[in-house]
Amino acid sequence: MATTTCEIAPANPVEQFLRTDRIPHIWCPGCGIGTSVNCFTRALIELDADLDKIAVVSGIGCSGRVAGYLKLDSFHTTHGRAIPFATGLKLARPELTVVVYSGDGDLFAIGGNHFIHAARRNIDLKVICINNFIYGMTGGQVAPTTPVSAIATTTPFGSFEPPFNLPQLAEAAGATFVARWTTYHVRQLTRTIKEMLKRKGFSFIEVLSPCPTLFQRRNKQGDGLAAMKMYKQLSKTRNGAPTAETAIEQGKPIIVGKFVDIERPSYLGSMEQMLSSRLGDRYVHVENLEWH
Amino acid sequence: MPKGTVTIIAERCKGCGFCVEFCPTKVLELSTAFNSKGYHPPHVVAPEKCSGCDLCGMYCPDFAIYGVKNGNASSGEDKKNK
Ligand SMILES: Cc1ncc(C[n+]2csc(CCOP(=O)(O)OP(=O)(O)O)c2C)c(N)n1
Ligand code: SF4
Repeated sequence: MATTTCEIAPANPVEQFLRTDRIPHIWCPGCGIGTSVNCFTRALIELDADLDKIAVVSGIGCSGRVAGYLKLDSFHTTHGRAIPFATGLKLARPELTVVVYSGDGDLFAIGGNHFIHAARRNIDLKVICINNFIYGMTGGQVAPTTPVSAIATTTPFGSFEPPFNLPQLAEAAGATFVARWTTYHVRQLTRTIKEMLKRKGFSFIEVLSPCPTLFQRRNKQGDGLAAMKMYKQLSKTRNGAPTAETAIEQGKPIIVGKFVDIERPSYLGSMEQMLSSRLGDRYVHVENLEWH
Repeated sequence: MPKGTVTIIAERCKGCGFCVEFCPTKVLELSTAFNSKGYHPPHVVAPEKCSGCDLCGMYCPDFAIYGVKNGNASSGEDKKNK
């Protein structure tokens, strides 16, 4: 049996999407990020997606490592800047399906401003946010998603900041597709990722995910499996629930499902419409630019 | 013949137990043996019950296990080489 790198298992559905030379990955035992990667890759298989037309962009953090492990056109950018990078990519290559795969800290703390503006503009990005309620990679500092009273290294007596309700934030900023699942809901998450990849418009899926090492341990919530059982027990599927009712609060059910699915003019569409009406022939469509 | 076959890549496993817990037909248990990183990988205790549903593969955060339906070994068809 191999001891350093691992045996390769070609029949494993996820294998073809992995940079196997980097496996085993750095994620902790019981971390949920890898589970979400299974769902993402199963969605690509089930859609029979053209892999040359998919790009994955991550920021920094444990969740940000996803880009590094995926054998796709994947980009590991700087902290908080996955969305601006993805925006540029999408504008220059509108034919690509651009997926942003990153953490709650990356997307909503340092990157929060980029998130709301990409949603407002309705840039056609597919955002998958791993929400583990903490900054994992840097040692467990409070995040904009940390529940009230939770212990983090920077809130040793309990957090007293109200957290964001991410689906509500996404909808308010203009996202056209908003859903939440947990890593327990592998089938539902796969289905929703498929739906998201097929549609147009700024789309957002929040994935609640265990972080046994830096969130749960300090909060005496057991291991990864304990978090998975807790999700199973506390989750309540309410498709179409008003996002104002999806806040995660102690002692209340975790509302999961697809909450928003609407259509709105896209940034690229609106740009083309405005500029071609104002500039006429002088406007060069992006598909006609030299690099295409 | 069972409906499915489960394959374990023991060296990748970090012993989280997700597969053992969520296998709908309870095919797996964590073994008492260690892999070279010191984790207890699962082992198959009821092979005849495997339906090949691959729920273990969906849950496994370490890409260390997967199930295939028997007579359908191509479920992990390699898209890149198509
Ligand atoms: C500009 C900059 N500021 C701060 C950091 C340190 N840093 C790295 S990851 C991270 C937080 C990651 O949290 P999250 O996005 O929730 O990902 P997780 O590790 O929890 O998956 C921080 C603050 C950095 N790398 N760059
Ligand atoms: S610190 Fe938390 S988020 Fe990071 S790999 Fe470990 S369990 Fe996962």
